[in-house]
Amino acid sequence: MPKVSSAPASEPLSGLRPGDIATIVGLHTADDALRQRLLALGMRTGKTIIIMRQAPFGGPLQVRLGSTDLLIRTNEADKISVRKT
Amino acid sequence: MKRVALLGMPNTGKSTLFNRITGGSARVGNWPGVTVDLLAGKLLLGGEMVEFIDLPGIYDMHGYSDDEQVVRHFLHDNVPDLVVVVLNATQIERQLSLLLQLRSLDLNLIVLLNMADETRKLGITINRRKMAEMLELPILLVSAKFGRGVPEVLEAITRTLRYPTPGMAEDLRAQLENDDHIEVEMARVLSQSVEIPVRMSDSDTDRLDRLMLHPFWGLPIFFLIMFLLFKCIFLLGQPLQSEVASAFTAIRESALEPLLLAVLPPPLLGFLLDGVYNGVATVASFVPIIVLFFLFMAIVEDTGYLSRAAFLMDALMARMGLDGRSFVMLLMGFGCNVPALMGTRVIRSRGQRLLSMLVIPFSLCSARLQVFVFITAALFAPPHAPLVLFSLYLASFAAALLTALIFKKRLSSDEPFVLELPPYRFPTMRQLWLRSWHEVSHFLRRASLFIVAGVVLAWVLTNFPTGAYPGSLDTWAGMIGSQLNFMFAPLGIPPELTIALILGFIAKEIVVGSLAVIYGHHALDALANTLTHQLDWVQAYSFMLFTLIYTPCLSTIATLRSESKSGGFTLVALAWSLSLAWLVSFLFYQAARALGY
Ligand SMILES: Nc1nc2c(ncn2[C@@H]2O[C@H](COP(=O)(O)OP(=O)(O)O)[C@@H](O)[C@H]2O)c(=O)[nH]1
Repeated sequence: MPKVSSAPASEPLSGLRPGDIATIVGLHTADDALRQRLLALGMRTGKTIIIMRQAPFGGPLQVRLGSTDLLIRTNEADKISVRKT
Repeated sequence: MKRVALLGMPNTGKSTLFNRITGGSARVGNWPGVTVDLLAGKLLLGGEMVEFIDLPGIYDMHGYSDDEQVVRHFLHDNVPDLVVVVLNATQIERQLSLLLQLRSLDLNLIVLLNMADETRKLGITINRRKMAEMLELPILLVSAKFGRGVPEVLEAITRTLRYPTPGMAEDLRAQLENDDHIEVEMARVLSQSVEIPVRMSDSDTDRLDRLMLHPFWGLPIFFLIMFLLFKCIFLLGQPLQSEVASAFTAIRESALEPLLLAVLPPPLLGFLLDGVYNGVATVASFVPIIVLFFLFMAIVEDTGYLSRAAFLMDALMARMGLDGRSFVMLLMGFGCNVPALMGTRVIRSRGQRLLSMLVIPFSLCSARLQVFVFITAALFAPPHAPLVLFSLYLASFAAALLTALIFKKRLSSDEPFVLELPPYRFPTMRQLWLRSWHEVSHFLRRASLFIVAGVVLAWVLTNFPTGAYPGSLDTWAGMIGSQLNFMFAPLGIPPELTIALILGFIAKEIVVGSLAVIYGHHALDALANTLTHQLDWVQAYSFMLFTLIYTPCLSTIATLRSESKSGGFTLVALAWSLSLAWLVSFLFYQAARALGY
């Protein structure tokens, strides 16, 4: 299990804006189903993530991890902490 | 018979490969321990029959989603002789994890790196030999969509099947090792066998998405696409549907009736023609709509737009416990509920899918529209008619919304909503036809018996006891109508209309015709005239509200049952819509009367 990072500049993924590039520093969720899914989709500590856009009316984020684009709802994105690069 | 299972993450091209290998011959099979439909097809390989099974896409061998459990149960209870692992080669850096999990199980594996055509375009190079050597597994590059590499795959499968299957350990999960170990292994394999360009170039998909997912224009474009889709399916489909219906009538009038009238006693003739034959005609009338629906829906899905629709509509639909794909199906339900219900199969979480299936039957489909147009024209002044119809559409949306809000807790799923957005791709004609063909044969096999039986039952109810005038108050249906009067009188619905509601269970297309029979008219304008004398507008509107909500038709119920595979769920759906219909009509009728109308 990835350790929760205490780096000062880390923030939740949901706080980023389209165009931002960040490094994943940790997954904070007690929900095993969500954690496993995120890991399987490649959301691992140290991976680079690019925010492509957000859907209308506060909808999900479109993020890019390597060659994969994912949709993730903001309350799930809250649980991923990242550091902007 | 040897058994080969196709396994991989969603969207890796498993179905495409499966269709390549098995052609159109695949069927839905039943498997011990598995509750969802799995396609299976047979093929002769090396002088031996081999059965191929297309497993649902999964991300993780020890994940918690419905599909992940299905796959685990399947592997546990039906140990395959060979597992063909399909990976999307353009996403190899992430998909390798599933392969490494599988490798730690005692399974016979072959690895296919699919979408080889796309890796080339993206500049990703994979050293297949090196990777095969490191993983100690056979690895092949293929392009399932274009058929490249498929003969080699079949050869490799034949070769591997000669070896005996290794035993499978009792508990899969006990065998699975820690992910940390896999991460290290992944990095090692990738660094030595795969080269990925540091920055992906700005692809066509990115450029197109800048327009299709535009913060402002995205939604208008979505609604335009939905509008065009709807028009394409139902403007083409409805004439075809009525042509099928008139073909069946023509055969009946010109051939069956003259032939059988002389030789069969009237009750048997009625049973065969009005019961069985009409049932078959009802089933057949859905075929063109289903074919067209899935032709066009396959385009929307295969191009990758359906996931974009989910993205655009998510903020609104998430509040109802649904996602954007349910919304697309709900919209299509305004044409016809049956294919829309079948289309919910793209939603992989069972809870979400059941919730969508509960909501879709409230969509005011074209068959119900026919009834409303007739009654509105008969009972409302021309300036009011469009408003009345519009209010019924609003009622349809409100019923759907209310149902979603009430049931979302009960049918909520704990499956995380993280969806992949695939690149835009051109579908091939072959894929489109195969999809339509599969869906139609699925509908025919699963729903037709139920529909025919229902039509026969309704014929019995409206034609017996012997001597009663068909459709009149003296028939069993009429007796039921009179018996139920205590329930329908508070809604302002007289027994004659209750018979029409009973018949409306079969199909809304026959409601107006059955009213004509019940009131003993042949011409529709005479019927309209009678209705204006028998009913006032409050009663008529109450009847329309009930017709809108109580149930679309027998075919919808049959589809609910075959798609949910649960009689209990079907009963709940039916009971809920009947209660809601009664309640809404009751409130409307009593309120209107109390207000002095
Ligand atoms: N470019 C390309 N696209 C493919 C290939 N195989 C499948 N696809 C496309 O990938 C998408 C997903 O395929 P599908 O068979 O439905 O994947 P499944 O979810 O794994 O069953 C479809 O749009 C296919 O047309 C391939 O070899 N090359």
